[in-house]
Amino acid sequence: MNRLTNHWFMLTVVGKDRPGIVARVTAALYEGGCNLGEASMTRLGGNFTVMLMVQHEGDTASLTRLVATVTESLGLKLHVDKIAGDLYHHQEPDVRIAVFGADRAGIVAQVTGVLAEAGLDILDLQSNVAGSADKPIYIMQIEGRALEGIPALESAVAVLDGKGIQVHLEPIDIMIG
Amino acid sequence: MAVLEILTYPDARLERIAQPVERFDDALRAFIADLEETMRAGPGGVGIAAPQAGRAERIVIVDVSSKPKIKHHGRLVLVNPEITHWEGFVVGREGCMSVPDYTGNVIRAERITLEAFDECGTPLHYEFEGYEARAVQHEIDHLDGLLFLDRLVSRRNDLFRRKVYQKA
Repeated sequence: MNRLTNHWFMLTVVGKDRPGIVARVTAALYEGGCNLGEASMTRLGGNFTVMLMVQHEGDTASLTRLVATVTESLGLKLHVDKIAGDLYHHQEPDVRIAVFGADRAGIVAQVTGVLAEAGLDILDLQSNVAGSADKPIYIMQIEGRALEGIPALESAVAVLDGKGIQVHLEPIDIMIG
Repeated sequence: MAVLEILTYPDARLERIAQPVERFDDALRAFIADLEETMRAGPGGVGIAAPQAGRAERIVIVDVSSKPKIKHHGRLVLVNPEITHWEGFVVGREGCMSVPDYTGNVIRAERITLEAFDECGTPLHYEFEGYEARAVQHEIDHLDGLLFLDRLVSRRNDLFRRKVYQKA
């Protein structure tokens, strides 16, 4: 696949969830001679969302044509961007942060704001709204790198005391064997 | 002494079941010295198993003493190791010299009891816990042809340990 190394695209697909989206989109890409890189695919509020690295010998227009028939037939929105691809250089997280509380506007901005100032580089963030419509709960899980150390993050989140948000920090100690 | 070549997945030799060591001789000790040098040459490596260097024998080396604030037994050479007791479980992040550029979550026993021999054939008995127990279990898996990839659990919904940072 080296011949395609410099032809990376980010394919974004979003729309109402139904069975078979991944299989049909990736089949169209495979039949069109593409190679897939890393991907994040998840269901968000009843939508299925795909962020997919694709190697393709062409431009954004030709890649769009390859998958548009499938995405249109499934009622999905499709977006394609040329990107600089970079495989085999994963950054490893050294801290995991769980945040939860009664849902209200501003939780993400407040929490990530103080963490960013204390040196957190976010590598992965997942969040969900749970509970019920009259009593929603916000739950967020973050993995990242504590560029100024975990104690700096612990001090930083202390300012959130009394704001109705629970923040748990835990080091990620990777064992390489 | 020499740094040995580390086999990487999908090399089929990593899937072999390793055989027990039968002769505790100078050749064995020379290999163990090379294996240890190979482990220490790897970035952040705290353990190694003979199959990773292409030798299908039941030999592992673990040394987690470089990690701050954990219980450990220093440098360990474990020949023909057998885990005789498992207790508790914990999710932790692992990587492997045989699987470059990836780490994943794996469930391991929190505490283990182990019987083994040292490089001279002297019987050993250990109780390991936490990070050191994880390293030993990871390395012994190599002797049975298993990689941490065989035991991956979700990275998305991590089980949080009870021991977490709590606000005052």
